[in-house]
Amino acid sequence: MMSYALREAFNAFRRSPLLIGLSAMMIAISLFVVGLFGLAAYNIRLVIEDVEARVEIVAYLRDDASPADIRLAETDIRAFPEVRDVRHVTREQALIIARQELPEFAALFGDLEGNPLPASLEIALRPHQQGPAAVAAVAERVRMYPVVEDVTYGQEWLDTVYLLRRVAAVATAVLGSAFAAVAALIIASAIRLAIFARRDEISIMQLVGATDGFIRRPFVLEGMLTGILGALLALLLTWGAFRVLSRSVFDLQWLPPHWVFAGVIAGTLFGAAASMLAVRRHLRDV
Amino acid sequence: MIRIDRVTKRYARGGTALDDVSLEIRKGEFVFLTGHSGAGKSTLLRLIHMAERPTSGEIRVSGYSSSSIRPREIAILRRKIGYVFQDFRLLADRTAAENIAFALEVTGARENVKRTKVGRLLAQVGLASKSEALPAELSGGEQQRVAVARALVNDPLVLLADEATGNLDERATRGIFELFRTINASGTAVVFATHDLDLVRENPGLRVVELDQGRVVFDSAAEPVE
Repeated sequence: MMSYALREAFNAFRRSPLLIGLSAMMIAISLFVVGLFGLAAYNIRLVIEDVEARVEIVAYLRDDASPADIRLAETDIRAFPEVRDVRHVTREQALIIARQELPEFAALFGDLEGNPLPASLEIALRPHQQGPAAVAAVAERVRMYPVVEDVTYGQEWLDTVYLLRRVAAVATAVLGSAFAAVAALIIASAIRLAIFARRDEISIMQLVGATDGFIRRPFVLEGMLTGILGALLALLLTWGAFRVLSRSVFDLQWLPPHWVFAGVIAGTLFGAAASMLAVRRHLRDV
Repeated sequence: MIRIDRVTKRYARGGTALDDVSLEIRKGEFVFLTGHSGAGKSTLLRLIHMAERPTSGEIRVSGYSSSSIRPREIAILRRKIGYVFQDFRLLADRTAAENIAFALEVTGARENVKRTKVGRLLAQVGLASKSEALPAELSGGEQQRVAVARALVNDPLVLLADEATGNLDERATRGIFELFRTINASGTAVVFATHDLDLVRENPGLRVVELDQGRVVFDSAAEPVE
């Protein structure tokens, strides 16, 4: 039975390559749009994650803090579950960094008799602990240490990044669902068209006593094959677009494998489901 | 074998197609079903084929009742009912042999069984030399022969013909009709719906049932109508 369904599904490709090619093309183009969107969403996410990874709390230390107290505080803070790393920057190091990073003030620093810069602890947080609330909570706890004079963490900037991240997440979800829905509709109508063209075959199969399951199987397989074909074509198109864009415009990252896999599986399943629905309609009609 | 018991078929928008029809068709019988277009001939055949259910009354075919048959059983029953149409209903992209074999696929027949059966049927309908021809390469009469062969492929108990000669010239009509007679002679019942009264008159020994506006108005076998 299965061999018949498979044979018929492949025969359909042989008998009407144009029709099936066309529906595979429609599936490919609609999934290509989804693929491009995925590429954009993924790369925006990477950029935001990269920015977030740089979120840092700086605790300025009192000039009179003893090295032992500073070490104690450093070890203690390092043990916070949110903290990835703590770096102790001495006053001398701070001056060197300032000279390097702010060359326009080099003359000013050079003229100085003493070193006006305080020592500090630069506290890096673990991924996913970089939301404004989490950062503020860690900052508050750090402020409690007697060796700490002041704490900064760029609150406004952090709020902006966080807002951006939420906007991107919502936009990805909404636009992604919309694109996926449009792709699903296009796939469904492409498959429906292909099956409509073969409604005679369905009615003849019913005429000669085929069960509904027997009629459905080759069409569902054919839908799956068309879906796979379309999805692979879409993958090729997206890869091409990725190569062109990353060579000429941005430095892009290719999609993670499980995204690609999910896209191909979605195309295949859409194809099968659309076939199943379309055939069912004709089974009722005839 | 086929018992139609006080069957009425009404359509929501099409009015009454059959009105209290009772009829019995026995094994191996040949029945002309006559009447004007719209008299209810096709509806009656569709009901026998269980493509539709009666609004009231009951149809029994080979032990299956229209009031209790399940979808899967309909499929099984249809393998025992051959059906031939005015418009042949062949698949345009398959050869004569493939069109016939198509009806064997649903039973899961083996490849060698299929080949033997298809070859034998093509010979029986006189088309052994055209097994590889596509429908478009065949004349109307030849296409109808392929359709008849397809209808016979599962050794049906009854062959339903819905204006099977309606699209054919006189010569082809005679040929197809002879084919039906031969099939009938080998034991298969035939219900031959037609409005070709010449054909009916030329075959006086056969049973004639006439429908008019959904009612049986004449039955040469003098079956009790009510």
